[in-house]
Amino acid sequence: MRAPEGEKLLWVALDNGIYIPHLCGLREAERPAASCRLCFVEVEGLPNPVTACTLPVSEGMLVHTRTPRVDRLVRTGFELLLSNHRLRCGKCEKNKNCELQKIARERGLKLRLSRLRPLISEVPVDESPKTFKYDPGRCVLCGRCVWVDHHQAKVGAIGFIRRGISRKIAAFGDVPLAESRCTECGECVKVCPVGALAFKEK
Amino acid sequence: MEFQDGEAEVIRAEVDGVLQRHGLERENLIPILQDIQSRLGYLPKEAMQQISEALKIPEVDVYSVGTFYNQFRLNPPGKHQIKVCMGTACHMMGGHIILESFERRLEIKEGETTSDREFSLERVACVGCCALAPVVVVDEKVEAKVSPIRVDGILLAFEIESKKSEEIEKPVEEEGRTQ
Repeated sequence: MRAPEGEKLLWVALDNGIYIPHLCGLREAERPAASCRLCFVEVEGLPNPVTACTLPVSEGMLVHTRTPRVDRLVRTGFELLLSNHRLRCGKCEKNKNCELQKIARERGLKLRLSRLRPLISEVPVDESPKTFKYDPGRCVLCGRCVWVDHHQAKVGAIGFIRRGISRKIAAFGDVPLAESRCTECGECVKVCPVGALAFKEK
Repeated sequence: MEFQDGEAEVIRAEVDGVLQRHGLERENLIPILQDIQSRLGYLPKEAMQQISEALKIPEVDVYSVGTFYNQFRLNPPGKHQIKVCMGTACHMMGGHIILESFERRLEIKEGETTSDREFSLERVACVGCCALAPVVVVDEKVEAKVSPIRVDGILLAFEIESKKSEEIEKPVEEEGRTQ
């Protein structure tokens, strides 16, 4: 397999038709957030599984995308994400076009909690923008929208606020997006891997 | 939170002063916020906006850091600070019921300040006297084995006190007028 020097393993694998689960990764981002903890792989010569989005490829690298240790990490990480995600796929705009559904399908995981209790934030949906809405109950806190807002749209309207279970994406002062400096360009909605940021149906 | 007379100017001047003492790089954000909090007692929104302009970072990034760390408060401390203990023992003895009673009585949420700035309410971790659980620390005074009825009592005491001090102030004013 050939790849440009310094390219991260995740993108090389995806370009070559090898699927590795991922939510937070953005190819354009210089420093990966590595926050979703789903793109684990095992590399021969390294003692522990590593995140593929942070590892630059090198000559002669031998990578295993499915090992018992990797599968275990991904299964647990995925269920942790689900425990904090409102699972009503039938009512979701992203149904059948959702990264979580794709990961479940590719890795044979269930979109159901077996070991954990659901802990979904009961924060109201922000319906204030004209073209889209933000539902914290569906957000997986991958941070793709924040990166796009800061680096591509260069608006600087949204960011992470608070910590732990009350962490969410919000504007300065936690005001509704329509009252913030948000220009409603919709770039953040396009990169949302789940249905947290979704365009309103016309 | 409504500003009192001259407060906005004080905030602006203090933030200007703090910004002058620090380099205007992103990595100095936390020391700047700490300095401002030690001077003003909290982080006003206006101060965070001023910092974001000076450091040339989005204002939401400043807000993000300010809301992440427990050490930063976004509301001004009240004249009387009520700290409800949420340590293990107090939690088991119903600390959250006491917190809720305060929230209901003062009509504010945890971490907020009443609009007259009389009371601010916060949750704290263990205050170190678990045998007295559930504990509330009002200003410096430790209230032991607090019940919702005691919550009413604590607030009533402050009410009576403030009425008394008003009565003492009034005659002074009248004297001033007669002179």
